[in-house]
Order: sequence, then structure tokens, then C-alpha cells
Amino acid sequence: MSDLSATLPLSPPSQLSVVTEKRLIRQLAITVALAFLLLFLVLPLIVVFVEAFKRGLAGYFAAFQEEDALSAIGLTLTVAAIAVPLNLVFGLTASWAIAKFEFKGKSLLITLIDLPFSVSPVVSGLIYLLLFGAQGLWGKWLMAQGIQIAFALPGIVLATIFVTFPFVARQLIPLMQEQGTAEEEAALTLGASGWRTFFTVTLPNIKWGLLYGVLLCNARAMGEFGAVSVVSGHIRGLTNTIPLHVEILYNEYNFVAAFAVASLLACLALITLALKSFLEWRHGADLAGGTVN
Amino acid sequence: MSSAFLLRFKQPSVLPGFGITLGYTLLYLGLIVLLPLGALVAKASSIGLTGILFAAADPRVSAALWTSFGVSLIAAGVASLFGLLVAWVLTRYDFPGRKIVDAMVDLPFALPTAVAGIALAALYAPNGWVGAFLEPLGIRVAYTPLGIFVALVFIGLPFAVRTVQPLIAEIERELEEASATLGASRWRTVRSVLLPPLLPGLLTGFALAFARAVGEYGSVIFIAGNLPYVSEIAPLLIVIKLSEYDYTGATVIATIMLAISFATLLLINLIQAWSRRRFGYV
Repeated sequence: MSDLSATLPLSPPSQLSVVTEKRLIRQLAITVALAFLLLFLVLPLIVVFVEAFKRGLAGYFAAFQEEDALSAIGLTLTVAAIAVPLNLVFGLTASWAIAKFEFKGKSLLITLIDLPFSVSPVVSGLIYLLLFGAQGLWGKWLMAQGIQIAFALPGIVLATIFVTFPFVARQLIPLMQEQGTAEEEAALTLGASGWRTFFTVTLPNIKWGLLYGVLLCNARAMGEFGAVSVVSGHIRGLTNTIPLHVEILYNEYNFVAAFAVASLLACLALITLALKSFLEWRHGADLAGGTVN
Repeated sequence: MSSAFLLRFKQPSVLPGFGITLGYTLLYLGLIVLLPLGALVAKASSIGLTGILFAAADPRVSAALWTSFGVSLIAAGVASLFGLLVAWVLTRYDFPGRKIVDAMVDLPFALPTAVAGIALAALYAPNGWVGAFLEPLGIRVAYTPLGIFVALVFIGLPFAVRTVQPLIAEIERELEEASATLGASRWRTVRSVLLPPLLPGLLTGFALAFARAVGEYGSVIFIAGNLPYVSEIAPLLIVIKLSEYDYTGATVIATIMLAISFATLLLINLIQAWSRRRFGYV
């Protein structure tokens, strides 16, 4: 990549020369930046696929013949199918209340919604064990009732909801705040019901921002490792999600299978990035510039 | 709720659904976030401050905390410096493939941490693509604290780039032209006109990268080697304590980490408040 940039003409029109650096410095800066990104971003991505195909196509697909791999994929899809819609509904209700109304304590509420982003994934798992684990607050009572939350699907879902909690809401709140309430007020004055106003006025205005938030939420929900690792208990074929299955295969020195399963998640990341860039390019104005994660 | 109270709490509006949406928001927030975090606070306060300090004085715990915070500080610093360079190159210069490179910067956000972890471990292992080059130089990255550093730079990079990038894009061309017209060299213009307004963005990016790095688990454990007292990070020690059913020990480490990450958050808010006063924007 760095060779490519060095051979192509870079000099801007002469009237710009006063507001840019010397050509040599520009090329040096580009080369250093690209070399750094190659080393830290591109190579890790490539190595996943190279290691996954080390024993050819047969070796690659053998990793998906295993029952444990299939149940891990099934569990990850189940968890995302529960966690993402719940956070979607929460994102919509929270942003409606916060962006469309003026009330006291609003900024505190926004801070609290952002809270899960500043909690370590491992701690996110730990707090649910403190509630539902065998030695947790309600552990004994739950055990007596025969309800399993920790080391079972409900615990994994809860931890996933926690780590993906702010994604949709924090995407929608600034967007809806910017759009104001005039259009909704007009619809209501013209006799539309609240629901009709929401579905025909508000939702079309926020659909791209909503999709953007759901996209990021889903990527994190399917890829979460630390929080899920703590609450899952690593029961093979039962409570292993795709990332946890990757860890197990890797720790068993089954590298080809580990990277093959990891390549699924790498593809998910690439698709997420592609869709995200497409949304930013095509509908950037409708996303309210939500660039920083 | 009496209407007089409502009037003081909320400004009147013709839009419907305030009560139910705010109610659901508070209920969901309470059940998913506040109640579990409250359980941590309750557990920590049952241990007490002296208990927490006593447990933190344990050599293995304090070594893990020092490793986590020390390496995170260095990694966030390096990520900020290279993040500034990458953001500058992406915004100010044109080169083929710029848009793709720009999109790639978010890879650490999108790539699951476990995948990043095994990929970095494979790259920097003594027989890996990068590790094989470093081995003859006597540099070992994988399974040493240097490996933790590499993983944390990877994780922190997008925070550093994405906080300064919009600020670089906002630089007014007139300022640069004025500076050049007044006889300043290009380097002088960059140093005293262009870089100072980027400082709050740089500091915010640094703090975000640091906060994320301290809690990072998945991308680190595969490359770190996890040797107690040497390359064991605090989040891993929490996992180890949990696997030994030592909830108290896990809670102590988690409480210390939470306290420091909230302090970092507070610092970010202070930086932004200062930046609003000093530069008029965040």
C-alpha cells in the first residue's frame, strides 16, 4: 500500500501549497500512517483467513461439521435475536422520552444510559453473578425454585443486553433532539393519533440512524467475549457462543478450527464495517454525525 | 402524580407518551444496569474500605492492577500519537484507497475481541509473520507485557482517531493562510496554529482509549501469556477469582477498576467543559 501511494502524483494545485506540507513530508506521513495501520489492523485481519485455510477448504469446512460448533452458532444467533430487539425497543422509548420532552434530570439519565460502555466486560459479567450466581444475592432462592440464570441462556442474554445497552439509544437521542418536535406537533394537530404520528412521521425520519445503531448493537452482541465468558460457565455444546467456542478450540491447540470459526466473526465485522460506511456515505446527514462509538 | 408536580418536573407538551416511555426507560435501566451495579456496590460496601485496601495490597492483585494501569497508560499514549497522525493523513491528504483506509480504522470496534486476540497472538508469536522478524532482534512480543501493549494499542486506536478527526476537518483555512502571510514557516503554523485546538480532542481520545484499555479482556489474554506478577491483567484476575468462587476477591478488583474508570470519565467531562470555555467547542 505504501509503495502505491509513493508512485502516484500527490502535488495539489499550486495555490494550495501555502496551506499544506512539503511533498516529501506528506509522503513520509502517509507512508508511516499506512505502515502503522497495515501492521496493527490489516495483518491481524488477513492472518485470520490465512490460518483458517491452512489445511485447505476441507480443513476449513471440517470445523463446521462439529456439533459443538453448530450449537455455538445457534446459541449466538438466539442470544442476538433476543438482546438486539429488546435494546431496540428500549432505544426507541428512551429517545422518545429524552429527545421529545423537556424534563429535570435529563442529563443524569443520559449519563446513566451510557454507563455500560465504561464498565469492563468482565465486570459486566461479574455483576450478574453477584445477583444470580450460586453464592449471589438470589442464588439460593433461585436454586430452590429450580430456576437457572447464571451459567445458562438467561444469564448470557442479560450480560449481552448490558454490554450492548447504549448503542441504539445513544445513536437516536442526538438525532431526534436535532429534529425537534414541530413535525410531530403538526401531525397531531391534523388529527393523527400518537401511534400514527410515530409510524408515519417520526420513524421515517430516524430509520437510517436506527439501522446504524442496530447494526453496531448486533455486531457487539454476536462478538461479546468477556462478559459472556464470565456468566456462561463454558459448558460445551450448551452455553458456548461463537467467541467462546473459538477460545476453547484455540486453547486445545486446534488452530485451524479456531481460526475457521473466528473467520465467521471476522466476516461479520467486515460486513458491519461495509454497511456502516455505506450508511455514512449515503445517509450521513440522517445519522447526525454519530461517528465516535 | 399531581399536575402541579408534573409542571415543575416537565415542561408542557402536546406530544403523547411521555409517562409510558419515561417509565419504561427507567424500569429497563433499573433492572438491566442499576440493579446489578447496585449489587456490586452492596457487596463492596459489605467488604468495607479497609477490606478492599487490604485485599488490594495482596502482591498478586497489586501486580495485576499496576500491569493493567501502567500498560494501558503507555498504550493509550502511543495510540493517541499515531491516531493523530492517521487522522491528519486521512483528513488533510489525498491518496488512493483513502476511503477504505478510513473505514478500516473502525475495525477494532467491529472485530470481536477474541478474534483480535488470537490473530494478534498468531502474528506476534516467535514463529508468526511479525514475531519472526523481531525474534532475531531479541524482541519478544507475544507472552510478555509487550504483547499486552500491542493488543491495547489495537483496541485504543479508533478512539484516538475518531475524536481528533472532526476537529482537524474543522480547521479554518483562513487561519493557516493568515499565519503563512504573516511570515510563519509551515512548521511554525502547524505547531502554533493548527495543533493547539486539537489538544482537547487528543486528551479526550487518550482518556477514552485508556478507559477502554484498562477493562479490556478478550484481545489481551491470548497474547499476554498471563504469567502472574508479570503479564497478568486485572480483568483476568477477576475471572480467575470467580472460577475459584472467590466472589469477594473478584469484587475488590472490580470495585477498584470501576472507581478508576469513573474518575477517567469525570476527567473527560472536565476536559470537555474546559475546551468549551477555551475553544468554544468540544
